[in-house]
Order: sequence, then C-alpha cells, then structure tokens
Amino acid sequence: MGMTMTEKILARAGKTAQVKPGDVAVVEVETAVLLDMSFLPEGWVEVLKVHDPKKVAVIYDHMVPAPTIQAATCQVIGREFAAKFGIERLHDVGPDQGIAHAVVADRAYALPGSVLVCADSHTCAGGAFNCAARGVGGPDMLYAVTTGKAWFKVGETVRYDFTGKLKPGVSAKDIFLTIAGTHGAHVNQNVEYGGPGMSSLSINGRRTLATMGTELSADFVIFEPDDLLTEYVRQRNPGAAFHPTTPDADATYAVRRTIDLGSLEPLVALPDAVVNNSVKLSQVAGQKIDQAFIGSCANGTLDDLAVAAKVVKGRKVAKGVRMIVTPGTQATYRAALKAGYIEILLEAGAVVTPATCGACIGGHMGVLGPNEICITASTRNFKGRMGDPSSRVFMGSPATVAASALAGSITSAAEFFEGDVG
Amino acid sequence: MTSDRRNEQPVLAKKVWKFGDNINTDLMLPGPYLYRSPEEQARAVFMNNRPGWVDAMKQGDAIIGGFNYGMGSSRPAARSLRMCGVGFLLAEALNGLFFRNSVNYGLLAFECPGVSKAFEEGDEAELSIERWEARNPRTGQTLAVTPVPDMLLSIMRGGGVLPLLEAQGLIRRHKA
Repeated sequence: MGMTMTEKILARAGKTAQVKPGDVAVVEVETAVLLDMSFLPEGWVEVLKVHDPKKVAVIYDHMVPAPTIQAATCQVIGREFAAKFGIERLHDVGPDQGIAHAVVADRAYALPGSVLVCADSHTCAGGAFNCAARGVGGPDMLYAVTTGKAWFKVGETVRYDFTGKLKPGVSAKDIFLTIAGTHGAHVNQNVEYGGPGMSSLSINGRRTLATMGTELSADFVIFEPDDLLTEYVRQRNPGAAFHPTTPDADATYAVRRTIDLGSLEPLVALPDAVVNNSVKLSQVAGQKIDQAFIGSCANGTLDDLAVAAKVVKGRKVAKGVRMIVTPGTQATYRAALKAGYIEILLEAGAVVTPATCGACIGGHMGVLGPNEICITASTRNFKGRMGDPSSRVFMGSPATVAASALAGSITSAAEFFEGDVG
Repeated sequence: MTSDRRNEQPVLAKKVWKFGDNINTDLMLPGPYLYRSPEEQARAVFMNNRPGWVDAMKQGDAIIGGFNYGMGSSRPAARSLRMCGVGFLLAEALNGLFFRNSVNYGLLAFECPGVSKAFEEGDEAELSIERWEARNPRTGQTLAVTPVPDMLLSIMRGGGVLPLLEAQGLIRRHKA
C-alpha cells in the first residue's frame, strides 16, 4: 500500500515499514525546539536526563527582549538548562535570535524527511522543508527531550496540486486564504502540497503557507522537495544528513485538489476566525483601521518585508494609523537593513520591532486596545488574539496590509504591482 | 489495559454544558492569562464567550463540544479544564493538538459523533470507557464514543505524561 509523505516520514522515523491512518506512530525526534515560554516556572520541571543534546535547540521568541520579570526568569532557566546539558543551539537575545519557526527556517534545522517538534502550534512551518514538523504541548516536549521520542495519531492526508503561477501582487497568504475560505478546516488530517506549480513558490512563500496550515487545524503540512529546497538546506545547514521524501505514486488521499495559482486574487479574512471566513478584498475595502501589522512566523520573511517596502516606498502611513513591522529573525532584520527595506519602512512612518512573537500573540510590541481595528499579516485573528476582546482583526497579505496602512482603511495593493512581470 | 476497564462503572456528569463548533484554545485560556499560574488560568476559562462559567459549573460536569473542539494553539487549555473540575469532554471532533494536551494533562476528552444533537444543556451524561459509549439518561439514547488507543488512554488516565517521566527517573517535579 502506497504512503503519503507524512506516512513515509513517520514510518522512517519509527523504523517501521508501514504507517497508515488510525495508527499511533511512535517515532524518533530529529529536532526538539524549546522556547522561552517552555521554561515558565509553572510548567517546567527539573530535567534529569537529556536524550541527545545535539537534537535540541533552545530559541527565545515569545517574550523578547524580556518585557517582564517572569519572561526574564524563563530565559534564566533556559540558559541554565542549555549550559547544564551542553546544548549548543541556544538562540538567546542577540544576533542569532528570532521567532523559533523562522530561526528553524533560516538555519534549516527542519531537515527533509525527519521529525521536528516544538511547543508552539505553528511548528508545521517546518513542513516547507519537507519535514514532519508538528506543534505539541509542554509535556510532549519533556517527553521528546528526555526520551528522544514522540507519538502521533496518524490522520488521513489531503493533497493539493498547484498549477500555474501567482499573478504579481498575489502572495502565498492569498493561496492560504483561498484554501481556508473554500475548504475550511482540515481537522485531524495532514496536508500535502506539490504539483507542477509548486516550484514557482519561493521558500519563503512556502513557509507562509506551511505555517498557516495550523489554522487549517491540520496535523502535518508537508511540501514536496525540489532542487530549490535541497540546495537551500545544503547551504544553510552544511553537513546535515537529510532525506528528501516524495509520496508514493499509489499513496491514498482523503481528497486530491488542484489549484491554479494564476487564477487567485487577494483575499481578506474577516475578524474572529481564520477558516471559512475569507472574502474578496473589495467587500471590505474602505474599512477604517487603527493598526496595520506585518510579522510573525507566517509573514516575517525577507520576501514579506520586501513587499511591504515596495508598497510604502516614498509614501507615508496614514495619520492616526500605526504600522508595525516585525522581522521573523534578527538575521532577516539585518538582511532587510542591507537591502534598504528597513529605511524605507521607517521613512514611511512604520515602526520596526525586534524579532518576537510580540503583537501576533497580543503579548507586547503592538497590543490592541478596546474597539480598535487592525489588519494583520500574521497567523491569527481570533477574538482577543491581539489584545482587548473588543478589538477586531482582519487578515490579509503583507501587500494588502501595507497598502491599507497608507490609506488608513483596507485597500487593494494592486496598483503597486501594475506592470510587474509575473 | 482492556482488563483494567472491566466492570468499570460509567462516569456520571450531573450537568452538561454545551458549546458549539470551533471552540478555540484562546477562549479556554485567554492570551492575557498565558503567563499566569495554572490556578489563575483555570479561573479564566471561557471568560470572553461565557463569563461566569467557572463559577456556575460544578466538579464533574461535562462539556459537550461540536466540530474541531480545541482548535488553535498549544497552550495548556486542557489543564485548565481539568483544574476547573471538568469530569469529561465529548465532542463531535477534537482538534489534534488539543487532544494531545488532553492525553498529556490527564483530561478525559473523547470524540463522540452525534453528541451535540443528543444532549441539551443541563442534561446529565454518562460515559462508559469500558463500553466506549455515552448515554443521555433523560432520553435513554446511547452513542458510540471513538476509542482511544490503549497507550494513550493509559497516559490520560494516569494523570498525564509527567507522572510517567517522573517514574522513569527522567524528570523531577518539585510540586504536583
């Protein structure tokens, strides 16, 4: 019986010939990523043994630089833990820090054909790298770090084949909003992306789409490997062994769908829910906003900052609107600085924060007040997600968010891409 | 494991509380409470969508949920429900990550197709893990509960994964 990519990767990591939906797969974890918040004193326990320190990474992202004593305490505990067990991959506040999934991408810690776990729901971001990456809970992380293993209840798989190529001004976020709006949640299912159009998507675009798989409530979200990916991994993580994994020709899917990328248009998700909530941009055009946010593990990539800079270049953010931009990692921040994007954003009136989960989780660096309205290019628009429960959060692509920041209301970015070659 | 369940009495919840589809983790554990103590988090359950619920519910009550119950983040919402005293939770479908946390924090949470139509708010509910069956005493209707593999059920019923790791000498807990 043929296997999907998820099933093949889990079978390999579980040292078993076959994995099928309904199984509980017990697998070896190649990479276990701990966050600053993993070390919350309320949830953390004293670890007596680490299975393999080389397979653990510690990345600070949720509350950095520490805005509270509690956040600082987490970081102290994490540093002590890393030192005690000789964990070399400690991404502390400084040049190597960033949002965990973005650091994992920058460094290609998510290795094709392997299993990665992290106690953050957007961990399936690693699926852009043909990696079975999955958000788990705190206790799962303790299990993975101490035993080197994890368990997964295996779901069936939904396959998406891309054809064609996105039009200028249409982004991976719009692919996601199309899938979420048309097909809704994929509860207890895995998602596979491939097809002849897949290779037209940049690695960063794939990251956006894989990260947003969490919002489909998918388990694993996995892209097929291609030359672009394998070259990227070789460059970013030299010497690492990896196993690009393609699905079997006779793999069984719950459903198989084809999406013509060239047919897609920019969409916006209405407040309070991500899935089954997408509308055409024209339906909400003119909606006044107080804040425009671009960032998070989903949209803090260099591509996203480039698009934002392209839109706001030589223009000004509307009076009364706060435009906040959060690069995914400090390395991305430096790359954007060198490319001139940061200066353009600042000149336009945007605030550029250090890399953090910050505004996306309603933590800090851009929390919304009562009744405020935000358009965001980040991960979630749940009620109260970014601040006060009465605030409302629309979700769109970085281009849409940037254009809206200039206008002071939700606005199409189409004019900024006219004449671009697709 | 199966033998452990023989002759078990069904668990009775005196009252069920009904929630709809796509109840997300942020409703059970609101963002502003993410970094508070587990006790404070448990006081904040459903404060945005059902203020006062934590005071109205009683130990052992059941939650009946709809489709994709527990969607959202990896935050330990299941721990909050367990600490509130939720006896068990039955949903049309559970979000995978929420289910993981239910196993790992020892919350009895299962899938039970048809459950949202079979119960009204305020009904009693019986859950038999031995028979993998839920029953509404008011109507007499019984529904099949989707069985959970023994490995996961034993972690869930053993209070979660932490006692397991502690027994193996891999971690040390300074408080319960």
